[in-house]
Amino acid sequence: MADETTTPKAPEGGAPHAGGPGGPRGPRTGGPGGPGGPGGRKFFRRKKVCKFCTEKIDAIPYRDVRLLQGFVAERGKIVPRRLTGVCTTHQRRLTRAIKQARNIALLPFAARY
Amino acid sequence: MQRFYEVMFIVRPDTLDEDVDKLIAGFEATVTNGGGTIRSTEKLGRRKLAYLVRKFSEGNYILLTIDADGKLVAELERRLRVSEPVIKFITVRMDEEQKRIDKIKAIRATRKKLSAQPVAPAPVEAVEAPAEATPASA
Repeated sequence: MADETTTPKAPEGGAPHAGGPGGPRGPRTGGPGGPGGPGGRKFFRRKKVCKFCTEKIDAIPYRDVRLLQGFVAERGKIVPRRLTGVCTTHQRRLTRAIKQARNIALLPFAARY
Repeated sequence: MQRFYEVMFIVRPDTLDEDVDKLIAGFEATVTNGGGTIRSTEKLGRRKLAYLVRKFSEGNYILLTIDADGKLVAELERRLRVSEPVIKFITVRMDEEQKRIDKIKAIRATRKKLSAQPVAPAPVEAVEAPAEATPASA
């Protein structure tokens, strides 16, 4: 019962994520997405907010490499929304900007090894 | 139909500065002769490329901001493709995006006015409210 009371406190309804494929990936980058319920380990899950909404960034230009770099993983992959907390609308624009930036060689398609 | 585009292209790193200037002038001429207008030309300078392009790991980035129609853009892209020093280019249509941003800015401007006005009367109400509350409690 104690577990059940802790899970609703977690914002964004993280419980289904923990049960799904997001669970084992938790400790990777977006630590806050980790397991919360059954293990007895209690994380304080900070509510993730969309960077673009809070900072009121209207345009996501493909030229702004600094900005885009924050949403690209080491290997060059676009980081999913569930790890970064970006809202749907902005994730869509972000994705497009990243893809345009890749096309003009500002960002890598895949990091070389 | 005039639209607002951004054309970014990468020039080979081994071209001389004068040649780059000539190249830009040539593209500007194509735009103006084709009935478009140039808003700005920007040299973003040398940058390391994220991956190899035609075996170059460096490039000279140039950004053109233009007003043009579809045919002119097609012509400009054809020229970019055939010109030897240009190793990569991208054309992005910006007018819809610009419209959206202007709209948001306009909305935000109106909101600021509304928020600025009640700031002055608000403290007055705050003072009045306790005054009304005290007789009721007393």
